[in-house]
Amino acid sequence: MTEEGRKIRVLVAKPGLDGHDRGAKVIAASFRDAGFEVIYTGLHQTPEMIVSAAVQEDVDVVALSVLSGAHMTLFPRVLDLLEEEGVDHVLLTGGGIIPEDDITALQELGIGRLFGPGTPTSEAVSYIREWFATQAERV
Amino acid sequence: MSTVERDVTAPPELVERLAEAEEELQRLREQLAEWERSYAETPERDALFSTVSGQEIEPLYSPLDRSESASYEEALGVPGSYPFTRGPYATMYRTRLWTMRQFAGFATAEETNERYKYLLAHGQTGLSVAFDFPTLMGYDSDHERSLGEVGVCGVAISSASDMVRLFDGIPLDQVSVSMTINGPAIILFCFYVAAAERQGVSPDQLRGTVQNDILKEYQAQHAWVFPPEPALRLIVDMFEWCADNTPKYNPISISGYHIREAGATAGQELAFTLRNGFEYVERGIERGLDVDRFAPRLSFFFDVHNDFFEEIAKFRAARRIWAKGMKERYGAKNPDSWRLRTHAQTAGVTLTAQQPVNNVVRVAYQAMAAVLGGTQSLHTNSLDETLALPTEEAARIALRTQQLLAFESGVANTIDPLAGSFYVESLTDALEAEAEDIFRRIDEVGGVVPGIDTGWFQREIGASALRQQEEIDSGRRVVVGLNHFTEGSEKIEIETLRIDPGVEERQCARMARLREERDGDAVERTLGVLTEACRASENVLAPTLECARADCTLYEIRAAMETVFGSYKEPVMF
Repeated sequence: MTEEGRKIRVLVAKPGLDGHDRGAKVIAASFRDAGFEVIYTGLHQTPEMIVSAAVQEDVDVVALSVLSGAHMTLFPRVLDLLEEEGVDHVLLTGGGIIPEDDITALQELGIGRLFGPGTPTSEAVSYIREWFATQAERV
Repeated sequence: MSTVERDVTAPPELVERLAEAEEELQRLREQLAEWERSYAETPERDALFSTVSGQEIEPLYSPLDRSESASYEEALGVPGSYPFTRGPYATMYRTRLWTMRQFAGFATAEETNERYKYLLAHGQTGLSVAFDFPTLMGYDSDHERSLGEVGVCGVAISSASDMVRLFDGIPLDQVSVSMTINGPAIILFCFYVAAAERQGVSPDQLRGTVQNDILKEYQAQHAWVFPPEPALRLIVDMFEWCADNTPKYNPISISGYHIREAGATAGQELAFTLRNGFEYVERGIERGLDVDRFAPRLSFFFDVHNDFFEEIAKFRAARRIWAKGMKERYGAKNPDSWRLRTHAQTAGVTLTAQQPVNNVVRVAYQAMAAVLGGTQSLHTNSLDETLALPTEEAARIALRTQQLLAFESGVANTIDPLAGSFYVESLTDALEAEAEDIFRRIDEVGGVVPGIDTGWFQREIGASALRQQEEIDSGRRVVVGLNHFTEGSEKIEIETLRIDPGVEERQCARMARLREERDGDAVERTLGVLTEACRASENVLAPTLECARADCTLYEIRAAMETVFGSYKEPVMF
């Protein structure tokens, strides 16, 4: 599905009512500087809006930024909707204020790595690059 | 040419004194030149010598760094007098310490009410309400968009009845209450007035503040409801109504906090905030209000970040810029209109999830800067706030930090103790000049609202945030426990507050009961009157208060206004 040499397409999204977009914007700019194609949704998106954007834009990665404490509702909802849409090649990852126990629980559902406060942006970039490379090998 | 030669007719004593001063200055220049030579010979350590805002700092400041044009009286004066650089009040903390006001709210009104009583019992002197995201955005707890967010980041308040429970047993004529609410501020304010009425407290007895600063929401914090023009109209409606009805209440808190937290520098925070403040003043004047009728109740809210002296200078510069603008540009005659009064909060963005106990020390330094800057009230963040809302224990340590400052450190003994410091005065002057420069740039983009519509403010803030992130990622800007001294940072070792997932269900059940028990006809009637008032360009406060009294819900009132005003769509960019 993923041809080698093409740019990685990432949707950076802010689900829910949380207005804290400093992290989302900084990570979107860092992804762009790293050579990814970045689509940023803007604030106050419902899971439905995010999944529909992911399908329309045919992205490889959906990165959610959640600082509102609603991660246990929002991540699984986006995951379920992606499945409903038959999207099985997309990495769902993200970051924000998410306690360790919740990260473990979300990863057990099949969500990728979740980055907490203080993570260097380069760490998220490498993670996505590595994930993309393993996907390409599988094809 | 020396001063002496210029003034040949001066009396001999004066000539002599001027000559002495000239000589002294010459000696100082020579001493400094010598010092500079030895400084240049010794290598500097490898570090950033700039503020967190990116301002380069000199190794030494002297009398030569002060701007020569301004006299002591013009630049500083005495506390409580124009231009208020040294403090908004004549006696400052010698009469009354700053208000220790911890921002708190979670789960339902009952749980938050308990926390308030706990804080008051431990010596806190004012309350500050943190609402959850649905409330901040004008949604009821049982609205579909609220799912998963009810009571999580603050307290859920969807009606005047919720507000009554929030302040159960807390006399609203005695405790001053600050409410952080913006997009739907007028609605929550009316819930508050209605709740006070049910306690038997009339509006003229209310003391406190509602944030009600929509401009910085578009620029930075993003909890908006209506587009800028109708939103500004609602704010002026509040100014007008409060001037007549709540003489001890601040109908706005013009806030730099969120602008700074979103990534702005100290200079940007200062300039954007004050320019927003002047915008509100202009809107009030355009309505036909006398500036001295509403300006005395305008209040401010600034961030206190890591750079100790820059932050102190920022508070001092803010007071001077505001006083000058209000007096000279807007023609205010009442000194109360020139006086900038402010709340301060330590910078949440500086806290680290790694080695979280270090945050106690960060907060203490920041709090000290706020006090040396002359703040009127202060919130100190809790050590666990990068991880969750604070536990009771963490909130108590944060409050104790302020009490240590007030009662042990001695910093509150004298007023504006850093005045006259070559460094602090020079920083104060520099920040004022930077703000003036940014005001000109805002004018060039067409003013505040056009700057918001085109995303100019948002881009400026975003660019600063990115620069700071790059400094931290590269390790050039040291963050202890994060990019240096990281031993022991591997895992988080503190207890955090968990919100009971049953909160949403309980709050929704209560909403269902409220909808059943209230007078449905009154709800329909008051909402109809409100929509008409919005359409007719009348002051909408009184009809909104009628809705609150009838127990209309937050979203119902929002929707009644939205029919006329529409809703805000942000320009998306990064």
